[in-house]
Amino acid sequence: MPTKITMTVNGQSVTKDVDARTLLVHFLRDNLQLTGTHVGCDTSNCGACTILVDGHAVKSCTMLAVQADGSEVTTIEGLSQNGEMHPLQEGFREEHGLQCGFCTPGMIMAAVDLLDRNPDPSEQEIREGLEGNFCRCTGYHNIVRSIQYAAKKINEPKKAVAS
Amino acid sequence: MTNYIGKAVKRVEDKRFLTGKGRYTDDIVLPGMLYAYIVRSPYAHAKINNIDTSRAENMDGVVKIYTGKDIAESGINGIPTGWQVNFKNGDTMKEPPHPLLVADKARYMGDGVAVVIAESREEARDAADEIDIDWEELPAVANAKKATEDGAPLVHDEAPNNKCFDWELGNPKEEVDKAMKQAHHITTLEFTNQRVIPNAMETRAAIGQYEEATGKYTLYTTSQNPHLTRLLLCAFVLGIPEHRVRVVAPDVGGGFGSKIFHYAEEALMIWCSERLKRPVKWTSDRSEAFMTDAHGRDHISKAEMGFDKEGNVLALRVKTHANLGAYLSTFAPCVPTWLHGTLLQGLYVTPKINVDVTGVFTNTVMVDAYRGAGRPEATYLLERLMDTAALEMDMDPAELRLKNFIPPFDGVEQPGYQTQVALQYDSGNYHAVLKRALEMVGYEKFRKEQAQARKEGKLLGIGFSTYIEACGIAPSAVVGALGARAGLYEVGQVRVQPTGKVSVFTGAHSHGQGHETTFAQVVADRLGIPLDDVEIIHGDSDSVAFGMGTYGSRSLAVGGSAIVKSLDKIIEKGAKIAAHKLEAAEEDLEFAEGKWTVKGTDKSIAFGDVALTAYVPHDYPEGVEPGMDFSSFYDPANFTYPYGAHVAIVEVDKDTGYTKLKRFIAVDDVGNVINPMIVDGQIHGGLAQGIGQALFEGAMYDEDAQLINGSYMDYTMPRADDLPSFEIDRTVTPCPHNPLGVKGAGEAGCIGSTPAVVNAVMDALRPFGIKKDLEMPLTPERVWRHMQG
Repeated sequence: MPTKITMTVNGQSVTKDVDARTLLVHFLRDNLQLTGTHVGCDTSNCGACTILVDGHAVKSCTMLAVQADGSEVTTIEGLSQNGEMHPLQEGFREEHGLQCGFCTPGMIMAAVDLLDRNPDPSEQEIREGLEGNFCRCTGYHNIVRSIQYAAKKINEPKKAVAS
Repeated sequence: MTNYIGKAVKRVEDKRFLTGKGRYTDDIVLPGMLYAYIVRSPYAHAKINNIDTSRAENMDGVVKIYTGKDIAESGINGIPTGWQVNFKNGDTMKEPPHPLLVADKARYMGDGVAVVIAESREEARDAADEIDIDWEELPAVANAKKATEDGAPLVHDEAPNNKCFDWELGNPKEEVDKAMKQAHHITTLEFTNQRVIPNAMETRAAIGQYEEATGKYTLYTTSQNPHLTRLLLCAFVLGIPEHRVRVVAPDVGGGFGSKIFHYAEEALMIWCSERLKRPVKWTSDRSEAFMTDAHGRDHISKAEMGFDKEGNVLALRVKTHANLGAYLSTFAPCVPTWLHGTLLQGLYVTPKINVDVTGVFTNTVMVDAYRGAGRPEATYLLERLMDTAALEMDMDPAELRLKNFIPPFDGVEQPGYQTQVALQYDSGNYHAVLKRALEMVGYEKFRKEQAQARKEGKLLGIGFSTYIEACGIAPSAVVGALGARAGLYEVGQVRVQPTGKVSVFTGAHSHGQGHETTFAQVVADRLGIPLDDVEIIHGDSDSVAFGMGTYGSRSLAVGGSAIVKSLDKIIEKGAKIAAHKLEAAEEDLEFAEGKWTVKGTDKSIAFGDVALTAYVPHDYPEGVEPGMDFSSFYDPANFTYPYGAHVAIVEVDKDTGYTKLKRFIAVDDVGNVINPMIVDGQIHGGLAQGIGQALFEGAMYDEDAQLINGSYMDYTMPRADDLPSFEIDRTVTPCPHNPLGVKGAGEAGCIGSTPAVVNAVMDALRPFGIKKDLEMPLTPERVWRHMQG
């Protein structure tokens, strides 16, 4: 039996009928055509499907769409503001933090949450913070640099204000 | 500013990936599309007595179910292999059929048995659960050496002892045996270079689309080489007309070799679509990927290296059993032979080498090229021998290598180096990379620290690896003589548009390598135009004339060179038009910074004006055709030979056996570099995969040939906190035989790193005085047991 659900996705309210067994990731990809969120495994280990639900990083393959009813969801497509790339998107480009691009959306969304919780992480904290996300291309070296770049960019205005 | 070569230009392809607008095969939804789910064998070896699909056929959304019997009755051929390696006695290689779905028996766990096609992914999967198959399980074998023993289960009746071929290269065995007899010391290692699973983050997917009205077929697929897939589909598998078949490999989420090959699912989706007159999509889930993507490595080897009293290498003798899996994948026979045996010279002057390889069928998924393909196996063997020999002869492992290195040669003034195993190296200064690596390590200081650490009971170790690889694959005539069933040139078309913008069509395929940037840099630099005026088009057989795809670190060396050939033709033609417009002789012109100038004057004409003239030829030189569009095939004169020196520093925890990789230093020489940022990225990624094999990864089959770690819950891939930041540098020795002087960088990291890590762990464990070798991956448990003796 389809169930009616309503949620805010990237700032827009959506209401759809879904099967109770539909995973959130499939809802985003199949029903909303938000194909930037990827499926990389079937055991919730790879992190390619990471999105933000009510501001927190969630592997969208571990959640049913109906569980997100009433939530605020942000996917990679909703990260840029007014055509301006998010500092993390910019960081990944500047520091060559992506190659094939498949893990990238999940990696960036996980990093958004990481920087929210810890705005000035050490290299080790970044590496531990990315434990839930696989990348097979970069060896993580430049992903770490990309997140450091973003942290610096986010923190600089705050520091300037503070001083 | 149009000087782009050697610059760390930010990637032009990034924006779409960073904003969620990449377009991978599974992202594509076509009108009326159906979804396929493939029913696979749960057994490694089992007869199919009966399949009952009646219950499944009546389920909601099910459109059709096909079984192996339907495939067999349609009379289509199976999946072919692209390389032939015969037996030593001249007998033809065993090449059993590889049907799209099996009808009689399954030969590996994951062999396709039936396909359910339904209106939705979920309905297809639900129905698949309701198919009843009467299986009769047969004994199975997963180990290549055991498979050749008398009485082992036979994978194919036509291959006695499961042998596909046996093969030998190098000096005659007697000569090597004689040299070994004169050796002062012989180091012997017997080991398994374990099977690893490529695990590109995007799983494979395929959409077949047949349009009845036009008779056209389109295949969207996660492929590293769409044109070769089209050729195999049309000429060998389905017999459909090549000129009506379009193969598109859109954005592809990593390949690492596993997406080179033509897979059964690609042909199956086209076949189903033709029958059902609707597009059909199949997307592998990760468990299916573990079971069905071609795996890598899986060699069982005995290697012996003889030395004289001073530590000079006298001879090398290698016997390898190479696991090919249940069927022959596209390049499978080539990997353990011509990509492995030929690299056993390494960087050393070893005067006598003999390598003997038996290719073996087993009840496992196909084994084929995985990042490095044969070359990591050769490097692992040589470099483990070197460090072990140094230990046994009480010599310094770096000194031992430096003593045995081939002297520097540039391939221009000095000729290339002819090895004992068929190859001629192009250029190299092997001492330079190791010396630079030692400098970066601070070698003498490290040995002091290590001595101190040992006193304190800490297990600190250093391991070396120096490697060479044959890349830029490959001269067609050479590989043809070695058994390739295709040429390995590349195609590059440069179309200058009337407004001076440039579209470049390449047969190479980018699935992370950044061709859209690197190739554009080459074009913009040569033509003296802004980077933004160049677009690189790849991955669509309707746009790109032909191509041989991306693997073997060949894209820039072969594909880039094809583009350069076309650029030369553009500039040559442009000069004729420019000469006419400037009323000067062609030989008085020079082309630089995007314009032709009459030497010694300020008279010039810009590239864009020449382009417009070519398409609006009102005032035009006589005898010159309008337009500016050239296509070139580039067939390389030789392979390219990148090389390097890698050093790992590890600390092993005495109580747990856990290995902490503390530092990793890599100095690589990949020839000239177009984009250092991208090359560094390629090295990083390769290092992670090579380190992964050393410490974490390995497919495990039980005695029934069941893959028992086929998920991310069970198969350990390196995560961010398993790896350090890498310390990398390079030397530059240009390739003398291609116009860009490039050698290739895609596989280097993965080739050099694995033995460096294992050598480092063995060095760390030296205080235990254990001679026995350790098998990869060096899990804490294995290392701990080793320490217990």
